[in-house]
Amino acid sequence: MEKLLLLGAEAIAQGAIDGGMSGIYAYPGTPSTEITEYVQNNKLAVERKLHSQWSANEKTAMEAALGMSYAGKRAMVCMKHVGLNVAADAFINSAITGVNGGLLVTVADDPSMHSSQNEQDSRFFGKFAMIPILEPANQQEAYDMAYEGFELSEKFKIPVLIRITTRLSHSRSGVQRREIKQENPLTYPEDPIQFVLLPSNARKRYKGLLGIQSMLEQESENSVYNTYIPGRDKSLGIIACGIAFNYLKENFITSKCSHPILQINQYPLPYSKVEKIVDECEKVLVLEDGYPFVEEQLRGFLNINSKIIGRLNGTVPRDGELNPDIVAKALGKEVKQGLPVPKVVANRPPELCSGCSHRDIYNALNETMKEFGKQKVFSDIGCYTLGALPPWNSINSCVDMGASITMAKGAADAGVRPSIAVIGDSTFTHSGMTALLDCVYENTPVTIIISDNATTAMTGGQASHATGKLEEICLGLGVKTDHVRVLTPLPKYHDEMVKTLREEFLYEGVSVIIPRRECIVQSVAKNKREAKSKKAEVAQ
Amino acid sequence: MKSDIILSGVGGQGILSIAATIGMAALENHLQLKQAEIHGMSQRGGAVQSHLRISEKEIASDLIPMGKADLIISVEPMESLRYLPWLSETGWLVTNTTPFVNIQDYPDMKELLSEIEKVPNHIAINADEIARHVKSMRSSNIVMLGAASPFLDLPYESLEIGIKKIFERKGEKVVQFNLDALKAGREFALKHSPVAKN
Repeated sequence: MEKLLLLGAEAIAQGAIDGGMSGIYAYPGTPSTEITEYVQNNKLAVERKLHSQWSANEKTAMEAALGMSYAGKRAMVCMKHVGLNVAADAFINSAITGVNGGLLVTVADDPSMHSSQNEQDSRFFGKFAMIPILEPANQQEAYDMAYEGFELSEKFKIPVLIRITTRLSHSRSGVQRREIKQENPLTYPEDPIQFVLLPSNARKRYKGLLGIQSMLEQESENSVYNTYIPGRDKSLGIIACGIAFNYLKENFITSKCSHPILQINQYPLPYSKVEKIVDECEKVLVLEDGYPFVEEQLRGFLNINSKIIGRLNGTVPRDGELNPDIVAKALGKEVKQGLPVPKVVANRPPELCSGCSHRDIYNALNETMKEFGKQKVFSDIGCYTLGALPPWNSINSCVDMGASITMAKGAADAGVRPSIAVIGDSTFTHSGMTALLDCVYENTPVTIIISDNATTAMTGGQASHATGKLEEICLGLGVKTDHVRVLTPLPKYHDEMVKTLREEFLYEGVSVIIPRRECIVQSVAKNKREAKSKKAEVAQ
Repeated sequence: MKSDIILSGVGGQGILSIAATIGMAALENHLQLKQAEIHGMSQRGGAVQSHLRISEKEIASDLIPMGKADLIISVEPMESLRYLPWLSETGWLVTNTTPFVNIQDYPDMKELLSEIEKVPNHIAINADEIARHVKSMRSSNIVMLGAASPFLDLPYESLEIGIKKIFERKGEKVVQFNLDALKAGREFALKHSPVAKN
């Protein structure tokens, strides 16, 4: 089979396609977006008509993937780490229902928060759900684990979690493809009530899940991904999980590592392999990208056997992404930096693009707020979150998808006037609609600005479920016609925007203002495409 | 053969096209490759970098350790300095001198250039001007790749093949502009650096 140059994210997608996947479900989120985009553009996936359209949010994606699995087909759902919080209800319960066709839940964590609000470690969620976790160390393993993961899922009839981090997701390397598998035929679950989690059946299903735990552990014990590498110098043993193994290896390019190493890429933890390295070594260093997930389990609350070192005792920094230098320091090796960064180098944070519609709405908002005071604007997750930075300093919150509206509601309930939410169109349909319904239910005095750029911009311009439907959605949820106001965010309409904002801020009820102008990046790209096709027409 | 390269610039300046071209050239020569990119938030006009590693042998880490980079290729002068802790003692800094000013406290150019001068092995090149000169305004990134090409352990022809493959779908004209830009950058480096390998 051919060898491809793929990002870790793309390797997972290719592995899933070749492994017989029938559909992928996801909401875009860095660093996971490229998995679904790859399937959308892959020739074989298109030929096979694999499902790859975006979902409204991670919960709907998780549920749809579970439905596909119910029908006997192999499905993948993917998301960024915080997306798993949104999907958590369906995710945890999918371990209780179990699966029919293989189901892979791929979650991309973001240690160091390159593009996220936190650096939560999804392995905890995998353990919480009591399902196997696969954590590839490199692009080839990312491919292989997605390819083989469906079989593991079908063997135990439960979902399998694939956990990657930003670095692997966004790093490219050669990947060897394997034989392409056929898709599963459509079949119904053998037991018609397998998926019915009424307490009587849920208790039965849960006991079943508990019952297979020792088998999952045995599976980890025998897994080719959990390798014990012997070493003579037992003053230290090293456990390296996922991508941490690469950083460890980087420190032994010229000399062989004399310490025993246990590489763990499949969970639950392989008991006897862990026991062996802990028993035979004086100290055990745990290297893992993310939270001290393995380290904490090995130490235990009382830390009776105090030979475990890592993030919890300061050998490795408690937070942030690992790299070869951090691992070198943990091994007591010297890190030789090059020249220092000269003092003249200034920070260059990301910013709203020139010509972006959010700029115009923030300019109007800032001017209007001069009359109404500070710290009354709640916002959300998207490009417009950059409005928190200078020169705008327009917003006062960014917590989770949809939170702007509900936080504005709570603040209004507490007496804040005006209480304002700024949210994007895609974020609104992701998790803002139910929040708006809460406001409508009580006619809470809030002004919700849905800055509509007709795309999911921050993650690279994926289609937005909201496009062309926002007014109808808001009216349908019960917002009064007079208080759904559409604006065109351009500098020439600045005064009109300020006037409309002022009117709605003074209204003691639910207002929705929709400043609508296409994302400038998408609009430029579209114009270019159109010009090119026109040119081609002329040439013909 | 082993080459550890840091590419730097501002989101949207085309460092990923440089990386893709070198990557393609590396594959052409049957070399191993790892390339860590930045996607997401920083692409909105923020500082971006990519670690590109090519080698005859298996590559372990996706990230280059500090003090080990053989080459920094920067399409922006201030960004070239941000990654100096990664540059090895014998490594080369190859940077564009045209600033991309999108922040209020952008430093004084003279100060920046004097910091670049302090790096023992450096080539500073006005890639935007050279790109204009070869009538390929938007290829300053490929001018930079050309300027760095004497320090890459890859045959120049492989880079040309890389450019053809990467820009193929954009049409012949774009390919030719980029080939011209590559050549102009290389010629500048060879003329201004006595140690640049041919």
